[in-house]
Amino acid sequence: MDERKTPVLEVQELGIDFGGLTAVNDLSMEVYDGEIVGLIGPNGAGKTTVFNMLTKVYQPTRGTIRFLGEDTAKKNVVEMNHAGIARTFQNIRLFSGLSVADNVKTGFHGRIPYSPLTAIFRLPSYYRKEKEIDEKTKALLEIFGLSEEADNLASNLPYGAQRRLEIARALASQPRLLLLDEPAAGMNPQETEELMSMIRLVRDRFETSILLIEHDMKLVMGICERITVLNYGMMLAQGTPDEIQANPEVIKAYLGE
Amino acid sequence: MDFLSYLINGLGLGSVYAIIALGYTMVYGIAKMLNFAHGDVIMIGAYVAFFSISDLGLPLIPAVLLSVAVCTLLGVLIERLAYKPLRSASALSVLITAIGVSYFLQNAAQLLWSSSTKVFPGVIPSGGITWNGLTVSWVTMITISVCLVVMTVLILFINYTKTGRAMRACSEDKGAATLMGISVNRMISITFAIGSGLAAFASVLLCATYPSVNPTLGAMPGIKAFTAAVFGGIGSIPGAFLGGLLLGVIEILARAYISTQLSDAIVFAVLILILLIKPTGLLGKKLREKV
Repeated sequence: MDERKTPVLEVQELGIDFGGLTAVNDLSMEVYDGEIVGLIGPNGAGKTTVFNMLTKVYQPTRGTIRFLGEDTAKKNVVEMNHAGIARTFQNIRLFSGLSVADNVKTGFHGRIPYSPLTAIFRLPSYYRKEKEIDEKTKALLEIFGLSEEADNLASNLPYGAQRRLEIARALASQPRLLLLDEPAAGMNPQETEELMSMIRLVRDRFETSILLIEHDMKLVMGICERITVLNYGMMLAQGTPDEIQANPEVIKAYLGE
Repeated sequence: MDFLSYLINGLGLGSVYAIIALGYTMVYGIAKMLNFAHGDVIMIGAYVAFFSISDLGLPLIPAVLLSVAVCTLLGVLIERLAYKPLRSASALSVLITAIGVSYFLQNAAQLLWSSSTKVFPGVIPSGGITWNGLTVSWVTMITISVCLVVMTVLILFINYTKTGRAMRACSEDKGAATLMGISVNRMISITFAIGSGLAAFASVLLCATYPSVNPTLGAMPGIKAFTAAVFGGIGSIPGAFLGGLLLGVIEILARAYISTQLSDAIVFAVLILILLIKPTGLLGKKLREKV
């Protein structure tokens, strides 16, 4: 790995048990600053469980997660977001009754704080902060081609636009690490193509590292600089796309004997 | 002219119901629970206002503010002590706890201030404006105005502020909201604070109309306002407003034209009818099953 880069995320011997079932075990990996890393594996390999541990939806049973050099053992879900990890969901989880713009604005919640009392009494700082949120939301919607839809309900957006909105909402919290859970799920080849350039743009423009789960190998091999392969909750392989494609263990896990 | 004056009185009573109904509907929208102790927060608010006017000799406005402060604190405290530990318990346990809190507050009031009825001092001058033989009392005018102001401020708060958005987000999907950096517990606390603070306004308006204070004072307006919230569509803020006003008007008209004794029965019969025709209430959203 490039010596000059600093790690954003360092995971060491991470594991979680659900009752007697070990869902993920002994996973160690890093994501470096500005990197796009893929997390792949057959269905049920534990990929989303890893995301849930990184965001503290699940508390890991074993191992450590260091984020920006800090141990995160004591942080909860909200604190992980404030620390700089944001995510999207495999099955889209937008606030469907809120407008497109309001969905993005919820992402700014922890970033542009002001007290509810300021809002009730409409003090000057309320107007200042809301203006800031408004401007930043407009900019994000512009980038993701959603400006025209700003006032529509999120649930009325077409599928591809909902996926883009989820990424925009996640970016509103100004993450240092963006977790994308199957961003290309349900997309056609052309949409996937567009998504790939969008993910690169997000990395460059928002100075965030990206860790993504994806089944679309064209996308994974096309944009990831490194890939971690999970199988039955265990790390099977780690390396560049070329190394992974040539790895006999990986081929066996995907295609069978 | 009689009809018009009944209508205006109905809107006055309905305004009080609407303000109380907001507390039910907001809490339901976010915490997905029915806070049956809400009516008793009104009762505490009435006692606080009563003592600060009668015993401390405070003028009306500071008395109202004191009552708002106490009720807000009480609402947050009730949530923290009684409901928060049950966050992952079944809806039924929370419901029974709420009824328990309601009885606790009623009995605590009885113990502290005895069960005898106290007469609320006349804080708003009697009389009003007469126009073409139609008299509208000051109390009614003030009540309707307060209700309109409260609704406007609340709708602006919910729709155009960071906290309001976060509350709506929590109401839609708590898990996703948490992952966006929104503390659900804090949002629930704020909801209880707002709902209970509004209850204090309602208590003073109620006592200005019916000037007697006793430990079960909150029970009937509480259940009526709950009916109003369901009527308008529980979880919906404009629904609570509409439901409250309609309920007040129906009650007063029923009392005037049908029967005083039967007015409550008629109110609840209308509720049953509406729910048979439109089970989500007038402005309620269709329930979506989460997959």
